Amino acid sequence: MSSYEAPIKELGETYLLPEGTTANDVTEAIAGVTENPAPRGWWLLFLLSLSILGVMGAALAYLFYQGVGVWGNNAPVYWAWDITNFVWWIGIGHAGTLISAILFLFRQKWRTSINRFAEAMTVFAVLCAGLFPAIHTGRPWFDYYLFPIPNQMDMWPNFKSPLMWDVFAVSTYLTISVIFWYVGLIPDFATLRDRSKNLVRKRTYGFFALGWRGAHRHWQVYERAYLIFAGISTPLVLSVHSVVSFDFATSVVPGWHTTIFPPYFVAGAVFSGFALVMTLMLICRTVFKLENIVTIKHLDLMNKFMLGTGLLVGYAYAMEFFIAWYSANPYEQWVFFHNRLGFGMLDENGNWGPLWWAYYAMVFCNVVVPQIFWFKRARTSVPIMFIASILINIGMWFERFVIIVTSTYRDFLPSSWGMFHPTGIDVLTYLGTFGLFFTLFLLFVRWIPMIAIAEVKGTLPGAHPDLHALGAHDEEPGAAAVAPVPAE
Amino acid sequence: MANETKKPALYLAEYDTPNALASAAMRVRDAGYKSWDCHTPYPMHGMDEAMGLQPTRIGVISFIFGMIGVATAVVMMQYTNAFSFDLLKIGAGYPLIVGGKPPGAFPSMVPIMFELGILLCGFATLFGLLGIIKLPRHNHPIFESDRFEGATDDKFFISIEADDSKFDLERTKALLESTNPTHLELIEEEVL
Repeated sequence: MSSYEAPIKELGETYLLPEGTTANDVTEAIAGVTENPAPRGWWLLFLLSLSILGVMGAALAYLFYQGVGVWGNNAPVYWAWDITNFVWWIGIGHAGTLISAILFLFRQKWRTSINRFAEAMTVFAVLCAGLFPAIHTGRPWFDYYLFPIPNQMDMWPNFKSPLMWDVFAVSTYLTISVIFWYVGLIPDFATLRDRSKNLVRKRTYGFFALGWRGAHRHWQVYERAYLIFAGISTPLVLSVHSVVSFDFATSVVPGWHTTIFPPYFVAGAVFSGFALVMTLMLICRTVFKLENIVTIKHLDLMNKFMLGTGLLVGYAYAMEFFIAWYSANPYEQWVFFHNRLGFGMLDENGNWGPLWWAYYAMVFCNVVVPQIFWFKRARTSVPIMFIASILINIGMWFERFVIIVTSTYRDFLPSSWGMFHPTGIDVLTYLGTFGLFFTLFLLFVRWIPMIAIAEVKGTLPGAHPDLHALGAHDEEPGAAAVAPVPAE
Repeated sequence: MANETKKPALYLAEYDTPNALASAAMRVRDAGYKSWDCHTPYPMHGMDEAMGLQPTRIGVISFIFGMIGVATAVVMMQYTNAFSFDLLKIGAGYPLIVGGKPPGAFPSMVPIMFELGILLCGFATLFGLLGIIKLPRHNHPIFESDRFEGATDDKFFISIEADDSKFDLERTKALLESTNPTHLELIEEEVL
């Protein structure tokens, strides 16, 4: 009965956590974060985030008062920053589901140290993402038209529209992510409940722990339910960004009308999500002293993931160009060579495309930067991976900006060309969502166990009984030679 | 509460290692108890066998509700987008013709069928889980034990409940003692 938790010695695997770590050490390290007074750094960051959240509130209030004219959106760049930010944020969330669901199905034990963290990030990122299409409608108080409920117009949504698919995909994704996250938290809330010294804490955590008592008959169903959640979240996460890409791919706009978009978007989403998990994890493990639980080994594996998804994204960029050239479609070629690359085709005044720098920023951050992770020294160096993860996040934002703005600002008809300039309110709204994200995130790391306590314990050496040695298989033929149960 | 009376609720035996727990669990299993459980801080693999548990059927619930979700999506979209009558009087009955496609074009409805299927499957899994394991329940007598707080940290327990037909104050105690627990206690609950 060698369980999958045991490292495979033949492959050079070792236990993930340092030798001699006990279950109690794990409890102390993780639960301690929520019990000890917050470090001063937490308060500084929290107040900063809260202030930025206030900026978002002010920007939104001004937007609702004045209308969408306060943004730089115009004809022909209708989508501009809102949808850029929407796609960026929702992509960020995808790494959380990848880590919690897909790596679970692949039995990647190392995910246990980072999955809770990444799932929280998913939930908060999807909240930030959902804000943008909601306010992009211009009159968010009519957003209920998007949902299939009877309304005063006696009109129903057009379910054949990819924008409606998006409504369903994103709201399902948010709901399932919250449920998955909460189910994972139940045993850990029980741990916090049992360690609580004062009644308020005990009652609060006890309420959310639902009376969990660690019974194996519960664990058995729980584990199966967890597997089902992982099983449905995996196609869900792939579907969500595919549906987001359909918003573009089902149109006829050059640069959007591309069959490569669904896998390309999913790879980019995972890529950027891993980068943000990395950025946040590096800060948290230092601030809260969790280096023994999120080890360099974990970070090394995450960097390999970023290298892999970075290569996929690079391939997608190259393939888009190849198809633009190979298709011999002048509009497609115009978008790629003039609008994006900035040269190869000049406009009627003999000028290069003015937004070329966004494309080069994107390629540098997303394709060139991750190549550093071919080197083990870079994969295990905290400063290098920190800087690289931030650059990747910037690059992935530019990717969405490039797709949205450089496809639309100069397309078919020169008389309809325009230019896009963001306004101050655009910038403040986008920055403000960081306030929302980090406020929620800091509350999370302070009050909720940020690492899955129960799951990490299951990866410790000797965490599972050796039934074979205990003679559980006596009744099987050929196993009669097993020694009887030794007296304990 | 002056005249409260108590009756035995369960025996709680504590163990320090997974192997001690598993070998004790096999003894309890072989003794034929039904209403008993192991308590561990994390899901311990191999315990299904050590306790003699049958596989759970929660997947059936998830699957059925997932399919209901898909069916709901088909009915909702066809009814509101494709039908030219409105028996339910909900403002439907106005076929939407967009992009030159038939009003009930099936391929374009696949994404929403998929998403609603996943959504209902997820809810069914959550509530199915809570229904099968009968949580939330905050008043279990096992919480009377002070030592039981270790069950969510690094200790392992076996509990045998008094409502088991084989439960006997002396014989059950003797069985658990023979498994060498580090601690054994009888937990009582109030009789109302």
